[in-house]
Amino acid sequence: MPILTLSWTVPLIGALLLLLVGNADGRRDNLVRWIALGVSLLTGVVTLILWAAFDGASADFQFVERHEWIPAFGIEYFVGVDGISLLLVVLTGFLTPIALLSSWGSVKKKVKEFSIFILALEAAMVGVFISLDLFLFYMFWDAMLIPMYFLIGIWGYDRRVYAAIKFMLYTMAGSVLMLVAILGLAYLHNVSTGSYSFDIEKLSTLEIGPQTQMWFFLAFTLAFAIKVPLFPFHTWLPDAHVQAPTAGSVILAGVLLKMGTYGLLRFSFPLFPIAATYFAPALALLAVIGIVYGALVAMVQPDMKKLVAYSSVSHLGFVVLGICAMNAQGVQGAVYQMLAHGVSTGGLFLIVGMLSDRRHTRLISAFGGLKAPMPRLTAAFLIITLASIGLPGLNGFVGEFLIMVGAFRWYPQMVVVAGLGVILSAVYMLWMFQRVFFGDVVHEENAGLADLQPREWAAVLPLLAAALVMGIFPTLFLRPTEASVNRLVQRVQVSQTLRAGNVDVP
Amino acid sequence: MDSALAFIPLFPLLGFLVNAFFGRRLPQAVSGGLASAAMVASFAVSAMAVWQLSGLPIESRAIEQKVYTWIASGDLAIDLTFRVDPLSAVMILVITGIGSLIHIYSTSYMHDESGCEFARYFSYLNLFASFMLVLVLGASFPVMFVGWEGVGLCSYLLIGFWFKKKSAADAGKKAFVVNRIGDYAFILGMLALFAQFGTLDFQQLATRIAGMPVETGVFGLLSVAALLLFIGATGKSAQIPLYVWLPDAMEGPTPVSALIHAATMVTAGVYMIGRNAVLFSHAPETLTIVAVVGALTALMAGTIGLVQNDIKRVLAYSTVSQLGLMFLAMGVGAFGAGIFHLYTHAFFKALLFLGSGAVIHALHGEQDIRNMGGLKRELPITYWTFLIGSLAIAGVPLLSGFFSKDEILYETFHQGHVLLWVMGALTSLLTATYMFRLVFLTFHGERTPHAVPSHSAHAAPSHPAPSHAAAHPAPSHSAPSHSGSHLHDAPPAMAFALIVLAIGSVLAGYVGVPHALGGHNQLAAWLAPSFQAIGASAGEVAEGAVAAEESAAALELTLMLVSSLIAVAGISIAATIWLKRRAIAEAMARNYPGLHRLLLNKYYVDEVYNAAIVQPIRIGSEEALWRRFDVNVVDGAVNGAGAIVASWAGMMRRLQTGSVRSYAGSMFVGVVVILGYYLWK
Repeated sequence: MPILTLSWTVPLIGALLLLLVGNADGRRDNLVRWIALGVSLLTGVVTLILWAAFDGASADFQFVERHEWIPAFGIEYFVGVDGISLLLVVLTGFLTPIALLSSWGSVKKKVKEFSIFILALEAAMVGVFISLDLFLFYMFWDAMLIPMYFLIGIWGYDRRVYAAIKFMLYTMAGSVLMLVAILGLAYLHNVSTGSYSFDIEKLSTLEIGPQTQMWFFLAFTLAFAIKVPLFPFHTWLPDAHVQAPTAGSVILAGVLLKMGTYGLLRFSFPLFPIAATYFAPALALLAVIGIVYGALVAMVQPDMKKLVAYSSVSHLGFVVLGICAMNAQGVQGAVYQMLAHGVSTGGLFLIVGMLSDRRHTRLISAFGGLKAPMPRLTAAFLIITLASIGLPGLNGFVGEFLIMVGAFRWYPQMVVVAGLGVILSAVYMLWMFQRVFFGDVVHEENAGLADLQPREWAAVLPLLAAALVMGIFPTLFLRPTEASVNRLVQRVQVSQTLRAGNVDVP
Repeated sequence: MDSALAFIPLFPLLGFLVNAFFGRRLPQAVSGGLASAAMVASFAVSAMAVWQLSGLPIESRAIEQKVYTWIASGDLAIDLTFRVDPLSAVMILVITGIGSLIHIYSTSYMHDESGCEFARYFSYLNLFASFMLVLVLGASFPVMFVGWEGVGLCSYLLIGFWFKKKSAADAGKKAFVVNRIGDYAFILGMLALFAQFGTLDFQQLATRIAGMPVETGVFGLLSVAALLLFIGATGKSAQIPLYVWLPDAMEGPTPVSALIHAATMVTAGVYMIGRNAVLFSHAPETLTIVAVVGALTALMAGTIGLVQNDIKRVLAYSTVSQLGLMFLAMGVGAFGAGIFHLYTHAFFKALLFLGSGAVIHALHGEQDIRNMGGLKRELPITYWTFLIGSLAIAGVPLLSGFFSKDEILYETFHQGHVLLWVMGALTSLLTATYMFRLVFLTFHGERTPHAVPSHSAHAAPSHPAPSHAAAHPAPSHSAPSHSGSHLHDAPPAMAFALIVLAIGSVLAGYVGVPHALGGHNQLAAWLAPSFQAIGASAGEVAEGAVAAEESAAALELTLMLVSSLIAVAGISIAATIWLKRRAIAEAMARNYPGLHRLLLNKYYVDEVYNAAIVQPIRIGSEEALWRRFDVNVVDGAVNGAGAIVASWAGMMRRLQTGSVRSYAGSMFVGVVVILGYYLWK
């Protein structure tokens, strides 16, 4: 059974099916919502089957499917997952239903189109994670942009058009260079073997000189750095997040940002190991600056969504730091932190969205004392907050800790600075938490706010459960990644030592 | 039995879960009773474990239970393993024993809270106990860190329990953040040890470190790691420079102050040093820092305690000061003495806090000692137990505090740290003085209910302490109500806890009667194996004990006499000023206004931190980083680029034909150009 193909075609077919539902007057909104939710849940089940059937002991790509597509250029439909991509696919399948639930009541216009875009986005995201052919990968990569652009531009808040265009331009600027590099790689393959290929397994065996590696590495990494976003390429993120509807923010923070760090792991480092090793300290430096910078700027934000957006800059900095360390703990911690950040930041945006739905503002100063009218929402938000600031026993700690262990072995000074994020995350999160939930109710309108509704529970509970399970039984999530991470680390190290001997690294 | 260790933290964890999920539907008696029962059950299991431990031969005195592998990555494997050895045995008995009493006390003290708040309180308290037990039972740094962070969280939640009060919410956040600064260093310390030794298990670390040279006169890796861990300890255990959160933590309910901010959590740093005694012994330079910081903190906090007027704040500074003495002991290498004081302090400081709670309870939330006085007759149980606690902390001979404090001072002097001994002795004098100032102002003399406007009595619906006014509308919440009416002494549950702790405060010291007084100092002998690497032979352990026995008994007796005199002197000073001639105190405050204000304002440390650290970071982040750099520089560049593109696009518009085919054509041209470059290259 071509289960990987199913994992991205199910949502796509679902989206196409929705096209057929006549809903011009909005009378079938509910039917549309249920269909979309059903499709996304089905996709979730498919990804869970993948996880269950995955052999964690093997470092190889699994569930591989391979078909010729454009033979003249060696382009193939080539998909597969290893330990690094498997759980990201699962994360996508997990967060999409939650995103749909989050917009159940808040998206009222063009429900059909909204649902179609979300499902199309899911298809593209899964496609990115499973593609092993660079051309295929790039197709999915660019395909992601379109639904996201419309999600922000149509269902966003007041400055949505500016945010959508900024998001588009930023990302395009990066991907254009990446496209050039992808074509260049295929060409190099042609030069050395006589045939074009976009197969990353073949490309990773290419002998590429250090000088050339540098250029390729930079072209790929710029695209990924923008996506992460790595300081100083992050300014699209606060705008995109603040303007995006809740579902958009959940997916943007939960999955889309991981495309950048995933790209580093899948392409930048294994394809260009010499350049990667050369640039790793510089990249890590940017990451570390981002950790502290993102946290400091998050601290002073008056808008909750912006605060969470900047906190992502800080958290994703840890992921990049772990990747740069290129050892078992660093990279496993990075993969784990991607998942953990997806869960906790997804949760933060979800609950901020609930507050925003009720009050039509996201300004911290518009709230205060919410614990009295809404104790359950407060408890949920507290747990997610604690997860986000890395309290042991919840999901945030494991990734950060492993990354720091790995990075300390590689470059202790980086960790000394990065560790400040531990202090600052507590400052900005707890300060926000206190101003929103503690104290007396100062604004009349807040006194009568409703606590969590059943549908909101349905969206929040899976995230809370995931945060706890990930914190208490992290080995469930670490073990599948182990073999693949070890292979990646070895590959980078071996080619580094093999070539460092006889080639001058500039 | 081996598999039962996990039940020690598990019982309170279950109590937490029940109260967190079903507490609002349970009657108070059930939810409070359940929480207390969980603690008592945990105490019973702890006692069994310790009894079993005492039956093991001295060189292998440890019981271990691995629950499961928590984190595994590469060569790092972190098991959730619990281990009881002589040191953690003392800790679990203190935590579960005193914890049980405080739970029982709370069922009465928190009586006036609504059902759901009542359950919330007990769920937090149980959760705290569970994490505290994980902290002391953890066999490795990461597991200890789970407890370390967990107790910090519960402390945050309980300090801010009355969350509607801004000061309470602020204090909770301050505690968490200041602790996080310490945690940052703590994590770095852990990482350094792991990078060097490849393990984070305490026993394995001790064995490996034992084989390394002592870093005398050099500040090597061990010293750095130990220093980082100690910085972590200054956060949790409220030492200079991170002590500032503890006095504010008094915003929490008083039993919380007794349990978390006096008896257990704040001693975690002292315990951590004891746990890593081998590491710290190998880092003498760091140990010196520990001793100096401890002595300075002890002295500084003592001077502040002398002039504070809030009954709980006096006790809070007293706690900071006593913790300083414990660190002094650890710093001079007298690990046993430090843990001894930790243990006796748990009794009398819990007693004093619970006593102050009984006073506040009786006075409907009044905390200013200037508005008290003469409570001796009306609150006899509270008075007598409070007096016993004060005598114990003051170091009056034959009470528990005397033995432990004396051992610290003796060891300090004996190791040749005369200056530190002087600071310790001065601290003792201050302790006796401020404690009896508190006793005399609160319980003796005449009642002066309205001497100063009280903050607490007017503190709105979210009252700072439970008031009977809420339950019985007759004696209203306002100040005049308690001036003439009859006051109620501690109700049975509270009285029970006070009396048991008072007995403990008298007797607890007798496990450590020094040899000079004809005792055997059983506690020191019991603890000794915990301060050695597991490889150390029983002979070495015994040798240490013998060496202690042969130490100059004459010197010890002399010092004991000196500190007895100090205690008496302190009490006499307090009696002279606050019992007989209060004018002296006023005159002193008048004659040295600067000094008085300096002490009253706690050396302005909070203000300095705020001006030098907090505000610059906040303003810098807002103005420089966000508004200037992020919005102007980076985004300005992006928008500028966008504008340039837009104007180019205007010129290029002519090239735009709107036809897909021509776009495809230009794309093709672009690709050809790029590929052409590589062809030519």
